[in-house]
Amino acid sequence: MSRTLPKALLGATAVAALLAGGPALAAEPLKIGVMATLEGTYTVLGEDGIRGFKVAMLKHGDTVGGRPIDITIASTDASPDSAVRAARKLVEQDGVDIVIGPLSGSEGIAIRDYSKTQPQVTFINGSSGAQETTYVTPSENFFRFNMDGAQWSAGLGDYVFNEKGYETVATIGEDYSFIYTQVFGFALEYCAAGGEITDRFWVPLGTKDFASIIAALPDDVDAIYLGLGGGDAVNFLNQYQQAGGEANLIGGSIMVDGTVLSSKGKAKDALIGVPSAGPQADTWDNEAWQAYVTAYKEAFPPDQRFPSPSLLATGYYNSTDAAMICIDQLGGDLGEGQSAFRDCLSNLELDAPNGKITLDHNRQAIGTNFVIEVVEAENGDLLTQLVSMKEGVNQTLGIDPDAFAQIGLPSREIPECKSSYE
Amino acid sequence: MRRFVERNPFWSIVILVAVAVLVWSIFAVWPDWLVDAIGRKKIFLNALFNGITLGALYFLVASGFTLIFGLMRNVNLAHGSLYLFGGYIGYEIADWSGSWLLAFPVTFLVVAVLGVALQLAVFRRMQGQDLRQTLVTIGISIVLADLMLWIWGGDFFQILTPEWLSGPVETFLVTGVKRSSGDPIFLKYPMVRLVILAAAIVIGVGMWLLLNRTRIGMLVRAGVDDREMLTATGVNIQLVFVAVFAFGAGLAGMAGVVGGTFQSIAPGEDTRFLLASLVVVIVGGMGSIPGAALGALLIGLAEQFGSVYMPTYAVVLTFLIMVLVLAFRPQGILGRA
Repeated sequence: MSRTLPKALLGATAVAALLAGGPALAAEPLKIGVMATLEGTYTVLGEDGIRGFKVAMLKHGDTVGGRPIDITIASTDASPDSAVRAARKLVEQDGVDIVIGPLSGSEGIAIRDYSKTQPQVTFINGSSGAQETTYVTPSENFFRFNMDGAQWSAGLGDYVFNEKGYETVATIGEDYSFIYTQVFGFALEYCAAGGEITDRFWVPLGTKDFASIIAALPDDVDAIYLGLGGGDAVNFLNQYQQAGGEANLIGGSIMVDGTVLSSKGKAKDALIGVPSAGPQADTWDNEAWQAYVTAYKEAFPPDQRFPSPSLLATGYYNSTDAAMICIDQLGGDLGEGQSAFRDCLSNLELDAPNGKITLDHNRQAIGTNFVIEVVEAENGDLLTQLVSMKEGVNQTLGIDPDAFAQIGLPSREIPECKSSYE
Repeated sequence: MRRFVERNPFWSIVILVAVAVLVWSIFAVWPDWLVDAIGRKKIFLNALFNGITLGALYFLVASGFTLIFGLMRNVNLAHGSLYLFGGYIGYEIADWSGSWLLAFPVTFLVVAVLGVALQLAVFRRMQGQDLRQTLVTIGISIVLADLMLWIWGGDFFQILTPEWLSGPVETFLVTGVKRSSGDPIFLKYPMVRLVILAAAIVIGVGMWLLLNRTRIGMLVRAGVDDREMLTATGVNIQLVFVAVFAFGAGLAGMAGVVGGTFQSIAPGEDTRFLLASLVVVIVGGMGSIPGAALGALLIGLAEQFGSVYMPTYAVVLTFLIMVLVLAFRPQGILGRA
């Protein structure tokens, strides 16, 4: 008896499943894996990325193109090996069809390489912004709907030189691919406008004590460019205030992002009035943008989100949105080897909340960039305000592709500060 | 001292010269050729002082770690979690009461109680089983990290300093002379770091006195040397264990408040400080308080000098020191074989 009962139960369950699941058999669930930095110095960035993903899923619902969506989330710590580990878990263990992520620059390069070994899976970048990821040996099944770090700098160099009048700048940044790309984009425009970059300081990602580097910053420059993010940014600002620093600051894209502007404590106050550039402006009065901000605010209680979505949330939102739109258009059938799905992504004109996004031949986004400044809202929140915007920013930043290739890949020393790169 | 000089005349001279050079480089106005060679004096002095204050923070965390290890032969890999927990508690107290100073005693007590609970509920049951303790403490640290992530989220917390502590203060050390007037330029240094340095010295000296001049200290030292013999003399060793664990945990918690003041508190800091404590203790010698002080100072200085003079390899420098110590003096600089 004790041996037959489980069998009987099993049989009954199977019958019930057949009865209930008649139509569901046709609609096999679509497995989506999401990876973000939910550990380490970029934890708070990863959390907001996941929020962006959830906002997009709320928009499209649990069933897209007639197929129920099955979500698996994997955690990384901003290191390339953690990203590959997470991707392998999603692809080889959970058997996902689509991977959304990763978040951080060097992770993106590692996932591009990994994606080549898994041609049956489509990878859609979350928000990682190293130039190399799509510019050098791009992968057929890796798509990026966010611009890279250099594109996110578009407009900034020109603005700080011509409007702010900063003629000499020193840069300090985290020593990895995304910040190289950011400084690359800033330097190309700033140097071409006539500015001079006197020193470039590079600190390891995860540096907590900046006191000595702050003392080493030159005091005879007009401004200091900060290419830091997450906990490193907060620590820098805290120690900068303690040291009585008074220089003009210029922020990198993730330096003046919601992730830093929402930190607890006074450190962030040093950022008020600081110019920066990135793929969004928090207080932009565009209708689509405001609708997106409202959707974000309504999706989470105030203590579990930022006052306004960070660029990481927007990155994950756009990637997920693009994927869902294509799945919906194809009625849930991704085609042989997901070819139909990839065609759809490649040709998609995404009406993103932060401006229209299309992909180039490397499956890299061409989009709108925003020059912004940090302002204090009436309730004390720090937000970014639009200064100017630039549409149709491509990966070579409007420079002739051959001349662009001559400049070299972003690194500690590249690009040289020259008045012309053509 | 004299015996050391008699036995090692060569090293004595080397040390003497090094100290003389250091004193000169701190107090003298640097000539131009030196500035050309290694940069401005301001950078050097800042790296030196920052290295010492960072070392002070490492000392606070590592001294509890080394004390617990020395007495109980218990490698507590959840020590970093106690640091992080202390930081969060400190933030809550400072935020709620508006008093930075109040955060220290309260945090010390709260984290010490957690330490007592850990000792009574966990470690006491597996005394002498090194591997089991190690694995259990790793497990506890993972659970604690997730609990803290659940409660406080992934945000960065920075503990507000009172008005009198924020901003820089002008010291009496000269970094250079103004070209126009010839007036000396004095070194400006963050006030909060000076206070932290002073506090760490007071705590360090206090611990040394406690260990070397009191009856409790005598018990602890006896326990470190020979636990069985101490028990045989009728001392309630379990009570000593609990007291030391509480004290070590409390210190780690207080270090969390210090760290949250001049750095920040966020997920991941627990493993960072566990790693730092391990390196400090391996360099200084497991179980030795002066060793922890020396190791912390060395690692702090290496990090800060590395960050300005060889930024690319700064991360390697710390581990290079560890490798050198392990290769030539595996028991640590002040450790006993």
